This record gives sequence, structure tokens and C-alpha cells, in this order.
Amino acid sequence: MTSVIRTEGLTKRYAGGVLAVDGLNLDVPQGERYGFLGPNGSGKTTTVRMLLGLVYPSAGRVELLGHPMPRAAKHALPRVGALVEGPAFVPHLSGRVNLSLIDQAGPGGGRRTRKTRVDGVLEQVGLDAIGARPVKAYSLGMRQRLGLAAALLRAPELLVLDEPTNGLDPAGIREVRDLLTALNEQGTTVFLSSHLLAEVEALCTSAAIVHRGRLVEQARVDDLLVPTGRLRVTTPQTQLACDVVAATGTAHVLEVDGSVLIVQLDGLAASDLNARLVQGGVAVDELVVERPTLEDVFLDRTGESVHSVEADAEADVLEVGRVRG
Amino acid sequence: MFAVEMRKLLRRPRTWVTLVLLAGLPAIVAIFLKVTEVGPRPGEGPPFLSAVLNNGALLPAAALALVLPIFLPVAVAVVAGDSIAGEAQQGTLRYLLVRPVSRTKLLWVKLSVVAIFIVMAVVFVAGTSYLLGMQLFGVHPVPSVSGPVLPADDAGLRIVLTVSYVAWSMLGVAAVALFLSTFTDSPLAAALGALAVLIASQVLDVLDAAASIRPYLPTRYWLAFVDLFREPIFWRNIQRGVALQAVYVAVLLAAAWANFASKDVTS
Repeated sequence: MTSVIRTEGLTKRYAGGVLAVDGLNLDVPQGERYGFLGPNGSGKTTTVRMLLGLVYPSAGRVELLGHPMPRAAKHALPRVGALVEGPAFVPHLSGRVNLSLIDQAGPGGGRRTRKTRVDGVLEQVGLDAIGARPVKAYSLGMRQRLGLAAALLRAPELLVLDEPTNGLDPAGIREVRDLLTALNEQGTTVFLSSHLLAEVEALCTSAAIVHRGRLVEQARVDDLLVPTGRLRVTTPQTQLACDVVAATGTAHVLEVDGSVLIVQLDGLAASDLNARLVQGGVAVDELVVERPTLEDVFLDRTGESVHSVEADAEADVLEVGRVRG
Repeated sequence: MFAVEMRKLLRRPRTWVTLVLLAGLPAIVAIFLKVTEVGPRPGEGPPFLSAVLNNGALLPAAALALVLPIFLPVAVAVVAGDSIAGEAQQGTLRYLLVRPVSRTKLLWVKLSVVAIFIVMAVVFVAGTSYLLGMQLFGVHPVPSVSGPVLPADDAGLRIVLTVSYVAWSMLGVAAVALFLSTFTDSPLAAALGALAVLIASQVLDVLDAAASIRPYLPTRYWLAFVDLFREPIFWRNIQRGVALQAVYVAVLLAAAWANFASKDVTS
């Protein structure tokens, strides 16, 4: 499978001496929905900026759609749509005019088909009814959608999106997720940078976890979320259930919490245990194969909570305030 | 890309407000002159103003002399200082660059648009004050600063030369502001920085102790356009002014390009 993004030893040390990204090796295969996951301040945005040629690496290489960046930016970037650190527009112009200006600024895309393209992407993101209001009158969610629309203008092969659902309500988040899934099914590779584990878990097929500028994990989401080998059994007859589990010889009860048993299977199939419980006369309310969430995986690999960087979270709030103002 | 930036310039209300304000000051001065008929005595006050009462055709030259020290440089510094820093502050710079627009091209286009704004401003000031001068004071054959009357078609040519010279001088201001604009994400800082440079230059220009560097000060030859109304034209300072601005523009643009092309865009 071809890679649309490949980095080797990508490193960025800013002038102040801050090591923002440290030897990152990423490989994003074509056709994936790739989650780039890390807490605030872990180097996600710097990495995204290096992928797009906005920030120059201190060391290492970036290949975007097979072209070395930032040297061959003019070959790679026309095939990429990007949303970097929030949308940005000329505030006193309408969304439509802004999109038309962005469309006109880039290569390709003739003047005659411009209106069709702009109308097309506005419809895709559900903003076709916005009219002539200036962007400064938009809500944060509407700006986010407009930013997404701008990224979609050239029907790109690769979408690089930094926190695309920021500021959207739950319905909006769902719409954007459906849109990205639909685009992905038509062949667009999606690179989604986010600090929201649930978002990556709900949308992505592959994920990379970064922490303090370093890659801690890169795998398919299915492989990250393999069953833990534990089973949660809910039953009113806990004592009887414990006896049945003990009688299997292989599985054993780890914990009893009210009417819930946590069972370590140790090779026994869940269906097998279920059959034995029922045969043993245990009424089972619920039987769940335990899977880790990405949050568990994250905690396990980094030893830290995703929400640990408080100072940066505050900086984000300020950022939002500035964008609104 | 040039068309995009022109659209942005022309769709911006600030552009038009600036032009109106620029033309407003000379208009107010002219109306006061007309109502009171009290002109500055010859040789005092801004150049040409004393002659305007007798001849409206000189109002364009007087108007340019009025806006040249402060108004025009402020307007140019604001627009040029905004060019990169304004995009950075607004967050649109990153989206232009990933579109992609090459950084070199963006800088060129921004400079061209500022140059067009300068020409618009200077022509607008000269044009409105010509019309106003004609209405208020009437148009007569233009006497030269040196005495003899200038031929009529010659006077028109000299106004055109004046407009070009003033615009060229302002391109120097634009280069300073554009250079600073690549260093900061604040358009205000870039514009004020450029003005600080000009004020420093004007302060040093009148300081005898700084006489040795006087010929190299950016504002030194700004008012040399007065020499275009001598008979014959006194070219020496005009030529020096043109050459000096050319050096400033070339050096500052090269520095602006070197900085912008190699910098991390983190805005």
C-alpha cells in the first residue's frame, strides 16, 4: 500500500530551545482514516505545520503524496485540503466571497466553474443557506464548517484536519463525522489530529499516539483495542456464578462488585463460559467482553492522563476567545 | 493571486475611508483659504500654498505637499504594514500558504497591491484638489517657482512628474513597513515601526550635527518635487531622491524576502 504521508526522524526545535517534535516516524497509508492523537502541547500542531511546509523541520524528512516537503510543496499541496488550528477568514466578507477568494488564490480551478465549486462545498458542509452575512457574524461552529468547506474546494486526495470538530454541537460533530466517512469511502485519505480520544475512536481506522513530541504507538485501531481477556458478568446470583467459574479450572473471578463479576478468561472462550453459566442454573443479565478504550491505551502507553496539561488547555480557551472576537 | 489581493484591497472599507481622509485635509485647507482669503505669505507655510489663492491649478502640488509629511506616509505604512502581519494576525496567512501560494510570490503580490494603493492615493489627492482648485480659484497659466510662466501643456506634465515622484517616495515607506511586516504578527507594530523610522529620519534631517548622514536619510528628498516647478527643472535633488528610494526599496525587499521565505509560520 502506498503511503500518503511518511516522515522519518522528524524533529523540530524552536529558536527558544523548545523541543516540540522529537524524531517522529509516521506512515499514513492511502485510504485510511488516520487519527493523530495526543494531549495539548504534545507537538501535534507543529507536526501538522511541518507536513504542510509552514514550519521547517530542524531535522528529518517529510514526504507528502510522494513529494519531499517543503521543497516540492507546489506539487503536493494542490492535492491536499487542510484545516490548521482553527479556521480563519477575512472577517468583513461573506463566507461565499471568502471561499471564492481562497479558490482563486490557488492553482488549478478555472473561473467559470468557481461558483459551482463553492456552492458544492457549502452544500457538503451544510452551509448552503448562509446567504451574504459577513464571517464575523458566524458562530464558532459555522466557521468550523466553513473551514472544512475551504479544505474541500479542490476535492483533495488527502485531508489534513487539526481538531475539525472544535466548537461544534453534538449534531454537528456527527454530521462532520459522517461527511468524513463518506469522503473516505470515495477514496480520500483523512489525517485527523485531535486530543479527543472519543473522536478518534469513533472515526479512525488507524491511530498514532504522540506524547511530548515522541511517537508512543502507531497501529490500526482494531489492533489497539483488542479484548483484554476479561469478561463482565452481571447476575443476581453472584455466589452461584463464582462457583461455576471456579469449576471451569481455567477461568477465575478477579473481582465481585455488587451484582457484577469481573472474570479473567485465561483462554476460555466467552461463549463457552456463558454456556456453562446457563447450564449451572445462573441467570445472566448481561455478559460483556471487555475492550480497552483509547483512553486506557493512552494511559497504559504514556502513564499520564490526556487531560494533564492544564496550562495548555487554558491557552486553548484563550485561542477560542480570540477567534470569536 | 494578484486579482485576489486586489479584490481584498478594493472590498475593504478602510481603503476608501483612507482615500477620502487623505483628500479631505487639502480640501479643508483650500476652503479656509477661499473663505478668508488669507494665504500664507510667499516663502512661508507649505510650498505653493501662497500661490494657490491666485491660481487653482497649483492646488494639486500644494495638496501633495500638505499630505506628504504625515498623512500619506501614515496611510501607506498602515496598508503595507498590514500586508503580511495582517494575514498572520487574522490566521489567513497559513491558509494562503497551503493553498499553495509560494512565499516569494505572495510578497511580490502584496508589494504590487501596495504600489497600486499608493498610486490610487496620490492620483486621488491630486485629482480631487485639481477639480477643487479649478472651482474655487480658477485656473490660470502657472508661474514657475523661479519666475517665468510655464507653458500650459508643460504644467500638466510637471504635475504628472510630481505625482510619480511622490508615489516613488512612498514606495520607500511601503518597503520599510513590508519588511517589518514579515517580522511581526501585529500589523500595528509594523505600521508604527515604519513611522518611527520616518520620524527619526525627519528629526535627523533638521539636526546640523547629523549633516554627514543627511544625504542618506529616506525623507531627505521628499519635498524635492518642488524643483519640478522651477524653470528650467532643477533635476539634481530629484535624481538623488529617486536613486536613494530605489536603494532603500531594493535592500529592504531583499531582506523582507530572506526573512519571510525562511521563517516558520506559526500564526
